[in-house]
Amino acid sequence: MTHPLDRYLRPGMIPHIWCPGCGNGIILNAFLRAVDELGLDQDKIVVVSGIGCMGRVSGYVNMDGLHTTHGRAIPVAIGIKTARPELKVVVISGDGDLFAIGGNHFLHAARRNIDLLVICANNFNYGMTGGQMGPTTPSKAYTTTTPYGNIEHPLNLVYLAASLGAVYIARWCVTHPLQLKESIKRGLTKRGFSFIEVVTPCVTEYGRRNRMGEPREFMRRLREICVIRRGVDPSEAVIEADRIICGEFRDVEKPEFTQLLWDMIREISEKASRGEIEVAL
Amino acid sequence: MSRRLDVLSGVHFVQGDIACAEGAIAAGCRFFAGYPITPSSEIAQHMAVRLPQVGGIYLQMEDEIASIAAVIGASWAGLKAMTATSGPGFSLMQENIGYAYMTETPCVIVDVMRGGPSTGQPTKPGQQDVMQAKWGSHGDYEVIALSPASVQEMFDLTIEAFNLSETYRCPVILLADEVIGHLREKLIIPEPDEIEVVERRRPEDVEDYKPFQPGENLVPPMARLGEGFRLYITGLTHDEAGRPRASSPEAQERLVRRLCDKIRLNRDRIVRFEEHHLEDAEIVVIAYGLPYRSALPAVEEARRRGIRAGLYRPITLWPQAEERLREIGERAHRVIVLEMNYGQMLREYQRWIDPDRIVFSPSFGEAIPTPEEVLALIKRCMR
Repeated sequence: MTHPLDRYLRPGMIPHIWCPGCGNGIILNAFLRAVDELGLDQDKIVVVSGIGCMGRVSGYVNMDGLHTTHGRAIPVAIGIKTARPELKVVVISGDGDLFAIGGNHFLHAARRNIDLLVICANNFNYGMTGGQMGPTTPSKAYTTTTPYGNIEHPLNLVYLAASLGAVYIARWCVTHPLQLKESIKRGLTKRGFSFIEVVTPCVTEYGRRNRMGEPREFMRRLREICVIRRGVDPSEAVIEADRIICGEFRDVEKPEFTQLLWDMIREISEKASRGEIEVAL
Repeated sequence: MSRRLDVLSGVHFVQGDIACAEGAIAAGCRFFAGYPITPSSEIAQHMAVRLPQVGGIYLQMEDEIASIAAVIGASWAGLKAMTATSGPGFSLMQENIGYAYMTETPCVIVDVMRGGPSTGQPTKPGQQDVMQAKWGSHGDYEVIALSPASVQEMFDLTIEAFNLSETYRCPVILLADEVIGHLREKLIIPEPDEIEVVERRRPEDVEDYKPFQPGENLVPPMARLGEGFRLYITGLTHDEAGRPRASSPEAQERLVRRLCDKIRLNRDRIVRFEEHHLEDAEIVVIAYGLPYRSALPAVEEARRRGIRAGLYRPITLWPQAEERLREIGERAHRVIVLEMNYGQMLREYQRWIDPDRIVFSPSFGEAIPTPEEVLALIKRCMR
């Protein structure tokens, strides 16, 4: 039996490790469909991920993939993108990986406006390690490390990305597969630092401890609370236990890092070879 | 013939850190990512000036973890890549250094050692990271680390570090120290055709290529990203194709043995050392890096005074010539070990040489022994 996306899935790597009812497969599906619909050369795309459930995605795509250390997908991607600007470099990872241990790298990559698409699967907890509290766990939620309810305040990833100057920012839920796919297409064609957050159910860990019910029920609940709004300012893109604002929040133009970097390298190397700048010790 | 911008042939008077940066560029390094730290910052600063001139990339990252991560990405993208740091930054890099060994990613890491632990003495020399260079990241792996003792060697051994890194497809660590990094002395940069530069072996075609299938000397050829190989690179235990094998003891054994054996079994090709007057030496001084510079004139002076003294200097700190050191230890009455730490490489020598014959002389901070003090130590051992 063949699947229309088979040629984008790495041979020998399926079945994946994700639990029944997990939304990560929907995100992978939307990404592969976006690549397919844009007609991108899959040999010129590099998928970089960190550690965690979503971190496994770089092994499932039939493209170059790097499964890096925990939190370090973005700086590895920066090394690749600056060295080979012609490659499309996509970081796909989870909320804990990108925003707890890797938060500093997100901050500076967005600030530099380097041409990367970062897709964050936000499942509100550390799924792979057994459902611990993370930087996006809602207040009062129960996890294995907040047995009496979370006393911390969660990060709003959209608002954070906006404050850092990301040029394209969107948030979707896996209950919006078509919008997600179109948004990934926008992110893949955009030049600059693009960020897409995708709310996804962790049935096994987060859902079970917070009485989200069986997978269909959890998904139905997400569909109710995740509402799409147009023209909302990132500061109003609330993400709360009973309401999550989705949509596109920013799409602007700004000078891009690898362009500026290579413009400078070309200018200086040409001047140096023409003897217009002193090359000496 | 137009002048080569990447090999500034001629006689110069420069700092060790600058010589290191020039050695990297001469070796073909075209990517540097780093974070400012004393006493290695001059390497980054010089790279920021020089790399764009030769079409290379200089990136200042947000920390040392990002620096080594970007170096790993650039190496897979096909560039020779390097970072430079000192103790605190070297500590931060350890996890990704382990990832680079696991994924067999060539790169060069320069650690201009200062005093530690912690912030220690940023502007003073040390040799306190030599064990960290070997054991700093978790898991079993074997490393290659080189120890320069002059400005000229900051140039020469940086080239050597790149060549070893490309040959064995692994990180190579250059363990300099603050004095060698900041010292100014003569540097001779040879003509380009006199410099041996090794390029990584690449796979011949996409079909049937396995990125971790050992080739010559247990080293797999390395493809680069973006050329249709559809590489999968993971820090998980993996098979020859790169697929995760996180539960198989057989896969774990096969991979770990090969990662270690490609260094262990090639040790004779990798090891570099230097010997002075060892033929009939009764007193042998072992010293590397900065203390070697005091040891050599002391041994020469001892010889002039009729004392049968000799000097052994390891240039690769990892791996070392174990058999040679055993021979030396069997013949000598006394072996003096000089280090700018409280006994690190000493422990290795104690495994190969009768510990009762070893006299250890540690030094702390700037207080390295003068040649006269080393000579006095040699004379005391004669009694």
